[in-house]
Amino acid sequence: MALLELKQLHKRFGGLHAVNDVSFRVEPGQIKAVIGPNGAGKTTLFNMISGTFPATSGSVFFQGKDLKGKKPFQVASLGMARTFQNIKMFNGMTALENVMVGRHVRSHAGFLASMFRMPWTWKEERDIREKSMELLALLEIEEHAHTDAVSLAFGQQRAVELARALALEPSLLLLDEPAAGLNIYETAEVGRLITKIRDLGITVLLVEHDMSLVMDISDEIVVLCFGEKIAEDVPATIQQDPEVIKIYLGEE
Amino acid sequence: MKKILSILPLLVAVIGLHILTSATDTMYYLTQMTMSAYYSLLIIGLCALMGYAGQISIGHAGFFAIGGYISAALTTRSLIPYQDSFLVKLFDSAGFLFVGQDIYGDSLLVFTPWAACGIAVLTAALIAVAIGIPVLKLKGHYLAMATLGFGIIVYRIALATEYFGEADGISEVPAFVLLPGLSVSGSFGDRVQNYYIAWGLLLIGMLLLLNLMDSRVGRALRGIHGSDEAADAMGVNTARFKLQTFVLSAVFAAIAGVFLTHYNGGIGPSEAGVMKSVRYVAIVAVGGMANLWGTLLMGIVLNFFSLRGSFGSYDDAVFGLILILIMLFAPNGILSINIRSCLRLLPGRNKADREGEV
Repeated sequence: MALLELKQLHKRFGGLHAVNDVSFRVEPGQIKAVIGPNGAGKTTLFNMISGTFPATSGSVFFQGKDLKGKKPFQVASLGMARTFQNIKMFNGMTALENVMVGRHVRSHAGFLASMFRMPWTWKEERDIREKSMELLALLEIEEHAHTDAVSLAFGQQRAVELARALALEPSLLLLDEPAAGLNIYETAEVGRLITKIRDLGITVLLVEHDMSLVMDISDEIVVLCFGEKIAEDVPATIQQDPEVIKIYLGEE
Repeated sequence: MKKILSILPLLVAVIGLHILTSATDTMYYLTQMTMSAYYSLLIIGLCALMGYAGQISIGHAGFFAIGGYISAALTTRSLIPYQDSFLVKLFDSAGFLFVGQDIYGDSLLVFTPWAACGIAVLTAALIAVAIGIPVLKLKGHYLAMATLGFGIIVYRIALATEYFGEADGISEVPAFVLLPGLSVSGSFGDRVQNYYIAWGLLLIGMLLLLNLMDSRVGRALRGIHGSDEAADAMGVNTARFKLQTFVLSAVFAAIAGVFLTHYNGGIGPSEAGVMKSVRYVAIVAVGGMANLWGTLLMGIVLNFFSLRGSFGSYDDAVFGLILILIMLFAPNGILSINIRSCLRLLPGRNKADREGEV
């Protein structure tokens, strides 16, 4: 069974078909990329998968469950984490605290238990902290754990955002342009981290502009153009696809 | 444990102030310190809502008034004319009522302060739920306006309802006997114990909120403040958490209202006034928004001077001015003031600064 399956997904904004009849599957353990020129509907597609807004028609199945009507926080609690194109750090919180928020769906303390610091929350709190530190170490930024997250370099903020998403223990990780705003060294670094994350057994679906990154790390690529899927294959084949070359480089 | 240690200096300061005032024969200050403590209880609750969860409310005097007025009305308005009704019998059999006497010696059938307090706080919480569900969908200015509207409604109801004493408010509210020998009342002999009751309540409130902010829930709230969308993507049910914080802050306000009303022996419509709500917002801003300690400190200091009459007839104007100055010069609160960055805001300084940087 595919981990994620999109079936004839449509999104219309007024007269504009932002996403038009897109279907594909993401198999467990894959790194799958969605590419396409600006305005191809990549982010719209992501927002429908994560529940930010509903599809006009069509459906999204995650682990065999229809996500229809589910809000983002409900989708997250099913085990789907995401990052944002323009990094959304929680400002006023340290890198570690940012990651600790990621443990939200894996912990339970509510208002009263937290206010009265019930003994059972002590262990939970310790576990949240330890697990979050481990993730910061995995992404090689543990020395910045106690730094205010927004004062970190952009590349480091990306790493914090990845750690925060991983803290949710997702089975599927959605990455919205993980290399946006990064220089070539930082992009290579993010590529290495994404491969590392896949090696942990987490399936990755990413939207990306940076061709070198996508070709390096993806197992499969979906190409969108004006909201429609025009190709879906392994990187080597996509690179040779005349239509893909045409939309990226223009016609001769 | 760490949290308990962190409020220890405050506890020492509270006891120290008592000793100091008794040594210098200025015990009358304890009265304003008691009242300031109750206002500060409301203010730290508002700090949790505004500073941490990032949701403004310009209607919290409304919740204070709901607590105070309901407790005052239930403990003073006699139910003797209705004593045959089912509801009154039900309350009586539950032990909520007792027979007392008013100042003219006529007998009264009224609620016990404990029952009245419970009903008042519960009512405030339920109203907070009913108001919070629709208005917390709003953001920024719109939320500010909606909560302002709520505050105005409460004020007008207090002013126009005979049951709540119209413009006179409710007076002759009896003492609230917490335990035998321990009562919230304004009588001269109880001044010291009331000072400790108020500060004890404030310290407990502070401890609970400090615990809350350093927990799974607190991090989620600060996350909502930082980025609603990202918190949502991390699985935080943002609507529910905002509502719960709103209700929590309303409960703090209502408890403060109940206690201060019994302490003062009455409540009037000015407690529900919009300027009161603005004042509470100003104090949270001066305290540094997401800063419980700063807010507590400013709550005590500013309320104390206001109650001592230091600002004279310009009382409300002073709080308005404070709000403007804080927004201009120290949006992160008075404890964060950086002299150099303030100078930069003065007219004529900008150009010089920019040239200096190049």
